Amino acid sequence: MNKKHGFFKTFSVSIIWLWLGIFALVPIALIFLTSFLTKDTNNIVEFIPTFKNYLEVFNHGYLKILLQSIYIATICTILCLIIGYPFAFTIARSKSKYKPLLLLLVIIPFWTSSLIRTYAIMAILKAKGILNTALLAIGIIHQPLQILYSDTAVLIGCVYDLLPFMILPLYANIEKLNHEYIEAAKDLGANWLTIFIKVIIPLTMPGIIAGSVLVFLPAMTMFYIPVLLGGAKNLLIGNLIEYQFLTTSNWPLGTAISVVITLLMGIFILIYWHNSKEKDRESLA
Amino acid sequence: MSKFIRNFYTSCVYIFLYLPIAVVIIFSFNNAKHSLVWQGFTLKWYAVLFHDTALLQVAWNSLALAILAASIATAIGTLISVSLFRYRFFGKKILHALIFILILTPEIVMAISLLLLYSFLKIPLGFWTLLLAHTALCIPFVAVTIYSRITTLDTAIFEAALDLGANDLTIFHKIILPLLFPAIVSGWLLSFILSLDDVIISYFVSGPTFNILPLKIYSMVRLGVKPEVNALCTLMLLFTLFAVIASYQSIFKKKLK
Amino acid sequence: MNQSIIELIGVSKKFGDYQALHETNISIKNGEFITLLGPSGCGKTTLLRLISGLEKPDSGKIFINGRDVTDLPPEKRHLNMVFQSYALFPHMTVYDNVAFGLRCKKVPENEIKDRVNKVLRMVKLDTLSKRKPNQLSGGQQQRVAIARAVVNEPIVLLLDEPLSALDYNLRKNMQLELKELQRRLGITFIFVTHDQEEALSMSDRLAIMNEGFIEQLGTPKDVYEEPKNLYVAEFIGETNIFKAEISEAYDDKLSVEIGDKRFILNNKKKLSAKQKVHVVIRPEDITVWGENEITPEETKDMLSGTVEQVIYKGSTVDLIIRLSNGKKILASEFFNEDDENLDYHAMEKVWFDWIPGWEVILPYE
Repeated sequence: MNKKHGFFKTFSVSIIWLWLGIFALVPIALIFLTSFLTKDTNNIVEFIPTFKNYLEVFNHGYLKILLQSIYIATICTILCLIIGYPFAFTIARSKSKYKPLLLLLVIIPFWTSSLIRTYAIMAILKAKGILNTALLAIGIIHQPLQILYSDTAVLIGCVYDLLPFMILPLYANIEKLNHEYIEAAKDLGANWLTIFIKVIIPLTMPGIIAGSVLVFLPAMTMFYIPVLLGGAKNLLIGNLIEYQFLTTSNWPLGTAISVVITLLMGIFILIYWHNSKEKDRESLA
Repeated sequence: MSKFIRNFYTSCVYIFLYLPIAVVIIFSFNNAKHSLVWQGFTLKWYAVLFHDTALLQVAWNSLALAILAASIATAIGTLISVSLFRYRFFGKKILHALIFILILTPEIVMAISLLLLYSFLKIPLGFWTLLLAHTALCIPFVAVTIYSRITTLDTAIFEAALDLGANDLTIFHKIILPLLFPAIVSGWLLSFILSLDDVIISYFVSGPTFNILPLKIYSMVRLGVKPEVNALCTLMLLFTLFAVIASYQSIFKKKLK
Repeated sequence: MNQSIIELIGVSKKFGDYQALHETNISIKNGEFITLLGPSGCGKTTLLRLISGLEKPDSGKIFINGRDVTDLPPEKRHLNMVFQSYALFPHMTVYDNVAFGLRCKKVPENEIKDRVNKVLRMVKLDTLSKRKPNQLSGGQQQRVAIARAVVNEPIVLLLDEPLSALDYNLRKNMQLELKELQRRLGITFIFVTHDQEEALSMSDRLAIMNEGFIEQLGTPKDVYEEPKNLYVAEFIGETNIFKAEISEAYDDKLSVEIGDKRFILNNKKKLSAKQKVHVVIRPEDITVWGENEITPEETKDMLSGTVEQVIYKGSTVDLIIRLSNGKKILASEFFNEDDENLDYHAMEKVWFDWIPGWEVILPYE
């Protein structure tokens, strides 16, 4: 292209670099730096280099929380996939004229506050909440179920909050799937199970991977869902970081935990990067 | 039969997605302080809400913050996506990768990184720290939204404009802006909603001088549910829904013209 | 008429490691319709974009009207381009699209109105000026793209495969319209295409390009009848190629053996004995006889073979003839008054020859 783009290009690129520097690169560098410093009660950090924070991350209690977060996030991702796949498949293959509306209905919850919706789930799951009231009234149970403030509640909230992130990439992928592949497989004598395993799953793999990453990453660092639905004893890694920052003021440890989970997620981001097109994330917007 | 199962299944998922929203709305009209049993229709929680001037001030804070953050983020995000698409410059690949990394970075990590930045620069937490943080949060989303639209454009359009004697500024405001208008609107709207709903980043970078709605709701929800929270949540749901539908329609009508 | 309007001297272009255009010299005359013809990736579009200023050459100089424009941006070159995808601005009306270039040049709005309307009348789109591009047919969009370029009164119009998106019949019509438009405007057209039929029928001259080189530049007749090399011969039209060695060579004649027969042919290129050559013969230059149409005496200087396929084409009948050595020959026979009965059938033995002098002899490269 032309060399002489002039003022407009210089202007745009300077703004971009200014933003990039101040709000992305410097903060990332600061996290990294702080994670190698020592805690100081008066000035937050002291400039004494140390690896102590990283050793502490792998101390028993914190490691348990980390593993618990991975566990919850994994289960949540699997549940979203199991619930979301048939759903995405059905609406993507629907020939109804309301198909755009069906898709819009999935996106609308994404546009509304997830905090408010989490609060609503609290109201449903409470001991004297809607679910228990309804089940008692029908007579399925005779004692109220203690769902709120448990792992189950956290999982329900997590699946509820992140399900659209699974459905949308799957939908985008399944909709692009050429129906002739399925017809060709049928023509060649494959039964439905074979078609599903040998044709549909491999062809929609990019959508499955994109959806899984988009669910797994936020699920790992859920913040208010464990607080509101899991109660005090079901804290996850996000709460641990908050605790180090705002309660014990141990910023170096908080940043060290952040570096560890960010690196862990980096692996997932790399998987995502290799398997997705730019469009996948955009379908959420 | 299998069609029935499919319809039943999709209906269940929709119910799962919408039940909590319905619950909030219904309870906001329930004439009972604690009971979950329907006690009759009332608007009193809305009345309580509207007499709570402190809460209204907080709501106004949030709205102003969201509008400002969305506007700045949209402006910068547009420049980023246009530059990524049209120019070659130093660090272009880094920028491209960084945008996706920032989107996928856990919000809590972004929150503490900004907190570190502010404390390092000794900026007192308050309106400005919130505004900058929300802008930083929204920019990658705007950039991705607009970039994905811009890549669908025929690059020959820009060459044709150059060939016809347009300079960069003319190309930007006569061709790029009109063609990207729907994407810019949805980018703005996305930012607006992100800012209006953001709990995590705000939780870290807000100060005592400037409270905003998500934090207020968060503290109310944690301290025990007051019925007027339902009313407030209902209003917010309706507001965001209205904003989304209105903007989609305005874009849609523009397209028909 | 004959002064050169565009002159390229030693122009080359690389994209990364890929040499899109090798050092090229070409001189384009004022008012001519010149076509750059070649398969995709041959460098024809690169050459066009270098002339337009959308690409900068790695080496060489570009002159327009005697002025060095190598470092000038597209808008300062007084050229305009018609893009393959038309590149119409989808959000603007036909009128606004056509007016765009004039508005960029800050031409007064009333003058813009006159010029745009005049051009739209010329391309017969004056009634559709308020439409958006997506409300037009392919052919109409094509005409808007041309109008948008010519309204700026360029000294040269560059057209990058402008007809490739149209269907066959529309393309034929647009070819005529374009040629007619060029005559009326009297400006130079540089036209890029991969369609040899289009190139032959429209151009005053054509440049045949291959792998970043111009293989031959000449009138359609030159290129077709006197191809410079085997590539050009094979690219333009159908050909039959015989490999042979010159057995004897004189000032104006030479003899070669083809099949098992000796042929005395013209020695235009002053070739010498023992040189290896390709003898190129066009299918329509081959005359075919059935066994019972001629006497054994007449077949003395002819080649023989069996008919493998008979392809009826309306005005011609194409025969694929297999020689005894397995080589296949294509011959086109015209229906005419002398020979109304072109009734060949498969497996029939036939004899054929051509009028000496109509062949092209190319030395081995």
